[in-house]
Amino acid sequence: MNAPVPGLKPTTYIGQDTPRANARRLLAGRGQYVDDMHLPRELHAAFVRSPHAHARITRLDLSKARQARGVFWCGTGHDVAAVVSPWVATLTHFKGLKSAPQYAVALDRATWQGEAVAVVVAQTRAQAEDAVQLVEVEYETLPAVTDMETALDATTPVIHPDLGDNLAFTRSLDTGGVGDVFAGAHLVVEDTFRFGRHTGVCLEPRAITADYDASEHQLTVYLANQAPHMMRDIFAKHLDMPESNVRVIARDIGGSFGIKVHVYPDEMAIVGIAKLLKRPIRYSADRLESMSTDIHAREHRVKARMAVDKDGRILAFDMEDLTGIGPYSVYPRTSAVEGNQVVNLTGGPYDFRHYIASLKVVFQNKTPTCQYRAVGHPIAVAVTEGLVDLAAQKLGMDPAQFRRLNLIPDDKYPYTSASGLKFEQLSHHACLDKLLKLMDYPKLRAEQAALRAKGIHRGIGLAALIEVTNPSALFYGVGGARISAQDGCTLRLEPTGWVTAITGVTEQGQGTEGMIAQVVASAVGIPVEHVRVITGDTDVTPYGGGTWASRAAGIGGEAALQASKELKSNILALAGAILKRDAAGLDLRQSQIVERATGEVLQPLSETARIGQYRPDTLPREFQPQLSVTRQYGQRDWPFVFTNGIQASYVEVDPDTGFTRLLKHWMVEDCGTIINPMLVDEQLRGGIAQGIGAAMLEEILYDADGNLKNATLADYLVPMAAEMPDMVFGHVETPTKSSELGAKGAGEAGTAGAPAAVMNAINDALAPFNARVTDQPFTPERLLKALGKV
Amino acid sequence: MKAPPFAYRRAENLTAACALLDAHGGNARILAGGQSLIPTLNLRLSQPELLIDISQIADLRGIRVGANEVVIGALTRHVDIERSADLARLCPTLVEAARHIAHPAIRNRGTIGGSIALADPAAEWPAAALAFNMTFTAASSKGERTLSATGFFKGLYETALEPGEVLKSIHVPLPAAGGKAAFGELTRRSGDYAIAGAFVNANLSGGRLSGVRIAFFGVATQPVLAVGAMQALEGTGGDAAALSAARARLEADLDPIADLYNSRATKLHLSGVLLGRLVAKLFA
Ligand SMILES: Cc1cc2nc3c(=O)[nH]c(=O)nc-3n(C[C@H](O)[C@H](O)[C@H](O)COP(=O)(O)OP(=O)(O)OC[C@H]3O[C@@H](n4cnc5c(N)ncnc54)[C@H](O)[C@@H]3O)c2cc1C
Repeated sequence: MNAPVPGLKPTTYIGQDTPRANARRLLAGRGQYVDDMHLPRELHAAFVRSPHAHARITRLDLSKARQARGVFWCGTGHDVAAVVSPWVATLTHFKGLKSAPQYAVALDRATWQGEAVAVVVAQTRAQAEDAVQLVEVEYETLPAVTDMETALDATTPVIHPDLGDNLAFTRSLDTGGVGDVFAGAHLVVEDTFRFGRHTGVCLEPRAITADYDASEHQLTVYLANQAPHMMRDIFAKHLDMPESNVRVIARDIGGSFGIKVHVYPDEMAIVGIAKLLKRPIRYSADRLESMSTDIHAREHRVKARMAVDKDGRILAFDMEDLTGIGPYSVYPRTSAVEGNQVVNLTGGPYDFRHYIASLKVVFQNKTPTCQYRAVGHPIAVAVTEGLVDLAAQKLGMDPAQFRRLNLIPDDKYPYTSASGLKFEQLSHHACLDKLLKLMDYPKLRAEQAALRAKGIHRGIGLAALIEVTNPSALFYGVGGARISAQDGCTLRLEPTGWVTAITGVTEQGQGTEGMIAQVVASAVGIPVEHVRVITGDTDVTPYGGGTWASRAAGIGGEAALQASKELKSNILALAGAILKRDAAGLDLRQSQIVERATGEVLQPLSETARIGQYRPDTLPREFQPQLSVTRQYGQRDWPFVFTNGIQASYVEVDPDTGFTRLLKHWMVEDCGTIINPMLVDEQLRGGIAQGIGAAMLEEILYDADGNLKNATLADYLVPMAAEMPDMVFGHVETPTKSSELGAKGAGEAGTAGAPAAVMNAINDALAPFNARVTDQPFTPERLLKALGKV
Repeated sequence: MKAPPFAYRRAENLTAACALLDAHGGNARILAGGQSLIPTLNLRLSQPELLIDISQIADLRGIRVGANEVVIGALTRHVDIERSADLARLCPTLVEAARHIAHPAIRNRGTIGGSIALADPAAEWPAAALAFNMTFTAASSKGERTLSATGFFKGLYETALEPGEVLKSIHVPLPAAGGKAAFGELTRRSGDYAIAGAFVNANLSGGRLSGVRIAFFGVATQPVLAVGAMQALEGTGGDAAALSAARARLEADLDPIADLYNSRATKLHLSGVLLGRLVAKLFA
């Protein structure tokens, strides 16, 4: 033989733009969303919702509705409470957090506009809605608490008298001696930042079908949700059923953004009614209901100061956050998390030691708020970066240079921040350098100056950020929440040599299944097309937390990696037994058993698998092939594995109209090992779009009586493609050592930093006019006011 | 979000539509492109008993150029106007404005007749009708009559159409030699209803403006002719002094009302900026 047969090399999909299998299916319209599934004998529910923000129900008459065409059942809060017990959303690690018992359907009092007060079940949704109009409800309106600034005033009514006041939670943090640092500082900058209440607008609204089978005392819930196991636990608890008799199925989900990780009273009602009526009940929120009952987020007012020395070094932060969360803390994650994150994250990218912060979380008669994509981050980043740019401006320093001076040095890790956050290894300076190169910063500054001379007002804004990802049990578990801090992956070798991967992390359209397939294919040694991924079924998948806090790749990916390594070693042991060779000398590459040293092909995997499944009789008596494995992974080295990044925005402001045009956006970020660059970039892009929504467009408006004024998509403005700037991405890869995969999360960094970058860019453009805006969203009117034109 | 129950009839021709309207009185509604009517049904903001679908009446569709006017059938869709070579040549401002109505999916169904009959104060066509001195033909079982756009828009969603009348066609006078027009609107997102929008139409000869017509939309409860501003610009060269005189008249002309995001003062300010830019366009 002249030339040896070229041996197979190991291949990896890690770091490749591998197309994901489910994209084609979803594009072809073959998605299986909750609303696509139909069960025999199913009925439709519609809710009667309070038109008042705060009102006592003095009379509720269902008799006309009961007579309406197609109506099967009507019920009040009391009827539903007979099958669904109430809940109180507190966790022990938020000391002092309080909330009131919340019922699936209000009993005698509605506490926000949109709260359900009665429910109708009919043959069709249209009939149910017709009957809703026939329900007679009389209300005695009560004074509504809407303004968070006055929620704690002695003259303001207390929403839940049993709680004593409207203060849900408060926290303060003081590293000591901060007052002295401010007193002696060369420069103190301060400002007040306001953030509009907004919500995550999912293409697929919340949807549920609940099916109770009395013969087996079995409840099956088809639910658009990010955390099926958490919901199983909750349904079991509040319906008083054994957890093993509840199954939650979350197949395809049309976007979540954190909206679909909470307990919604109407969904609890549906589950209860299904049990009561012993028939499948379906419900999906329409857009009006989504706007008034999906969780809201981000209604904050932050007063903050920053002290700087004469060289421009940050010495201290002082901030005070006030946030309004609606009438209840939301179950089970609570509504204390966002404010808590703001306290934790303010100043996060910078090297300083003195910090004082206080947080007040107050009740209001508005839609409850809870965790939405990038929880707390956009607020902390805007406050921090707003002050950073202000200080740079006051010192006459270039904002990029100011950041270079103050970002935590890349060689100073591990690092504990002033607020007590622990960073394993971040790369702020590498990211900053890369960003400035990517945007050609000096050239852009020159262009800005040249255009300014011609009366064209452009601005450049930077925003550095950190992001909480791969959380440990410290996020929820320690506070008593039954939300899994780990996740598992089961792999099954099929007789064809294909692998089925079953994982506890879920897919909401972001590509989880594709990511898992890439990890498994790479680590087992088979083509990615030979991996089939199953998610979202509590009867099938390993127990796990699901998808939130940017954990799917970091936690679920690592579990998949460890399971893959185990499966591969089992396969090689089987091949060794078949081939009568030492397994240590074998490898699995591209679905072929090869000799490790040479890559010489010895046997196709399909043959190995066939023998393992059908002909174990041919194997040595003492060898039992193990062709299914499960591995679990929970991140335990750090409370959270932080990522970092920096964004830049380039805008043009029209000083006559107050309109802002977004010209371009850049982001360099470090999410550790990148499994699929395209998926990471698209997470950043979508996240930035949502952040731009917050900065420019999205704000839920209430009048003083708590009436929601913009509950349609004609009035509540979500970002749309035409207004999006081109986005350019760069990456720095610092794998976390807390896992072998090294992946951190990438789902929220875009949203975290975009509002701050846009704000700083607008303020940079406004600088010649001595004008400044800090209230999001930055509407034309707010700019015109800042410019003194209206 | 489901519409309340309603009956549906498709009218084969105008006579049949008028007969159905007569038979059902105020409980019936004409259905054209459905792009405004269907959302109001789904939101249960209106509950008609009968929808009379006129969308298949071929005579009501199309753009025809006459000796002194362009006749646009009521069922002509926004997209047909956007793509009309005749209008691009004769009234390019209308083509430009069409592109600012909503999004392609809506322009593919929505009709100019529906827009004018509905008289949404933020819609483009009613204001265009005022600025270009259009006339309308309305048909009923009693016959046809001609209405001038001036005076047609009477209040919020209120027009001079009588019960039983169907809007049949829209008549756009051909511009005279020296005719100049400009259109502009301010929206935060492309396709949104305008915060403030306007059409300016005038004759320009020897650097002087005459026959100035300015119609605003999105600022008040109905489309408005800015009569004071029109007078202030009449006979001028659109210079800074004339413009500031015209802007000073806008508050009385428009009596703007706040929307969700913009106060009266902002609306007025933006209307003034827009007016300045559109007048400049006439001279460009
Ligand atoms: C998301 C969205 C955005 C939009 N944005 C804009 C915008 O920016 N600018 C804009 O101008 N419009 C906008 N529209 C409205 C759109 O242009 C509609 O198409 C138009 O207003 C109504 O036309 P239609 O043919 O759809 O009428 P329909 O919805 O069928 O009818 C509207 C009303 O007019 C009556 N009617 C219709 N035709 C006649 C007739 N021939 N005679 C008598 N009465 C009649 C109907 O009875 C009904 O009361 C938007 C719509 C949507 C859904």
